[in-house]
Amino acid sequence: MNESAQPEPLIRLAAITKSYGQGAAAFQALRGVDLEIAAGEFVAIMGPSGSGKSTVMNILGCLDTPTAGSYRYDGVQVEKLSRNQRALLRRNYLGFVFQGFNLLARTTALENVELPLLYRGEPAAARHAASREALRAVGLKGWEHHTPGELSGGQQQRVAIARAIVTHPTVLLADEPTGNLDTRTSHEIMELITRLNRDRGITVLMVTHEHDIAACAQRTVHFKDGRVERDTANAGSAR
Amino acid sequence: MIWNTLLLALRAIRRNLLRSFLTILGIVIGVAAVITMVTLGDGATKAVSDQIASLGTNLLTVRPGQRLAGFGFLGAPAFKLDDADALRAQISGIRVVAPTVNRSVTVVSGANNWATSITGSSLDYFSAGNWKLAGGRYFNESEEHAGKAVCVIGDTIRRELFGSQNPVGGEIRVKQFSCEVIGLLAAKGQSAMGTDQDDTIVMPLRTVQRRLTGNTDVRALMVSVRDEVSTDKVKKQIEQLMRERRRLTESEDNNFTVFDTRQIAETLTGTIKVMTMLLGAVAAVSLLVGGIGIMNIMLVSVTERTREIGIRLAIGALEREVLLQFLIESVVLSAFGGLVGITVAVAASAGLAYLMQVPFLFNPGINLLAFLFAAAIGVIFGFFPARRAAHLNPIDALRHE
Ligand SMILES: Nc1ncnc2c1ncn2[C@@H]1O[C@H](COP(=O)(O)OP(=O)(O)O)[C@@H](O)[C@H]1O
Ligand SMILES: [Mg+2]
Repeated sequence: MNESAQPEPLIRLAAITKSYGQGAAAFQALRGVDLEIAAGEFVAIMGPSGSGKSTVMNILGCLDTPTAGSYRYDGVQVEKLSRNQRALLRRNYLGFVFQGFNLLARTTALENVELPLLYRGEPAAARHAASREALRAVGLKGWEHHTPGELSGGQQQRVAIARAIVTHPTVLLADEPTGNLDTRTSHEIMELITRLNRDRGITVLMVTHEHDIAACAQRTVHFKDGRVERDTANAGSAR
Repeated sequence: MIWNTLLLALRAIRRNLLRSFLTILGIVIGVAAVITMVTLGDGATKAVSDQIASLGTNLLTVRPGQRLAGFGFLGAPAFKLDDADALRAQISGIRVVAPTVNRSVTVVSGANNWATSITGSSLDYFSAGNWKLAGGRYFNESEEHAGKAVCVIGDTIRRELFGSQNPVGGEIRVKQFSCEVIGLLAAKGQSAMGTDQDDTIVMPLRTVQRRLTGNTDVRALMVSVRDEVSTDKVKKQIEQLMRERRRLTESEDNNFTVFDTRQIAETLTGTIKVMTMLLGAVAAVSLLVGGIGIMNIMLVSVTERTREIGIRLAIGALEREVLLQFLIESVVLSAFGGLVGITVAVAASAGLAYLMQVPFLFNPGINLLAFLFAAAIGVIFGFFPARRAAHLNPIDALRHE
């Protein structure tokens, strides 16, 4: 294969390491991760607890910085970006969904979804229309004025997904999005995410423990002890 | 961007109504307490200094007896009219001397009666006491000599006996004689000691001696000292002269006292100034306590707010946008608290000033100072914890415990 003929992948991690703590007490959460993600892919990330899945997701989402290694996003060397430039990358290209939802408390679904657009400086009318549309897309039409406290876990996660996609991101990063939800709700959320990948072409990276949920993806990356252990294509999910 | 950030700040205030309310309350209490205390203190000081002016300049009062000697007043012999003449003739620093006697009486006019005090004195009484006429005239020398039944009344007497009618030319009955009102004094208000100076009737000395006291005693000499002469020096001269006139030996104490009214009033002003400072200090402590309350509220909510900041950063907020939001939030809260505090303080001090019968003086300096202090507290405790959080990696802010 001729490397140079290949198009540049959307995401390329090379020799990424991350250590927590200093000196003798230092702990290596990532020990050299190499990973390439092409635009439009749906990748599941699996692995035992503590294997570094969340750590790598946070680095991919620019929520955290690696100790060493190279992260190229769409040809841009992310380590070289300033704090503000990384914030703008999050704002314009990345959507993040957390296991714990991370919605603003005592704030309506609509206002939560609107938040990224406020930071983008969009005018009120456009903001409201887009937020309502995003809530409708995740199946929460009619719940716009409910606060997280008045919503079920599944509904809260839908609000979080709506907030992540309202900016039309290129990549959706989801760290155990169904980890706090029951099986039935998990499948509904998975269907939603699969649909976003299929219909909108959003590149999806998702951490999960469940094999049947990972099966929704085209590719599964297995982590172990801070490294990529296996990287397999899923036979059944070819589109 | 600024409008969106303002919107974010206002939403954050609305989202946390209790926290916002407590923050505002802390500032309101502190600001209102400081301003009220200082404003009332200013009013009291003003009342006393007005009083000093209305007492007449450089006024000394000579009374029989010792000021501190308990029953000394009873034993000491009274003055006579020639004591006044002697002071006037022998001490050059004296501008005027007014001999006075006092009697508590009930006066009647028509259906109204009123318990008051009548002062018998000379024409000099009005100049020594810095009185002005509001209507009519003072008594003249021939009325003084003849002991005519004429009187000049204070404003309180006019109000109680004559109401809205013009009292000049009217009659009042004092015991068994009736007396023509020839003049009305301009109102002076309360004295520094809280007595009503306008509750007074002045008659010629001889009239009071003949008709009310029945003797020729003089109870007090009011001495007005010339402007360019030292009051202390005249006071010493009076003491020396009176000792001679009363034939006191070297070993005997004075059986009379010379009061320097201005000195008394000045002492009082000083005391009130100290009180004002003390109250101001107490109030400053309450402002500080309000500040500590705000600090507590902010510290208690720092975990929630740090996670909130993490969420904002994670969805793409810039550090400076988060900071601006928190700055606006704390400025809005403390400015609002400060304004409410000023409003409460103005209402409270105007009301209390009225009850305490001191003038209400709006002091822009202390209002501004308290407001700025409140704003500073709000900004320091609201903004600086946020500054720390906004500088974290988003993931560290999100994970804050
Ligand atoms: N902030 C942190 N400080 C210290 N150690 C951490 C921190 N975050 C994660 N770790 C450690 O790094 C390792 C990988 O964590 P993580 O990426 O969360 O694993 P998981 O695959 O379960 O998501 C774990 O052993 C965890 O204890
Ligand atoms: Mg994890």
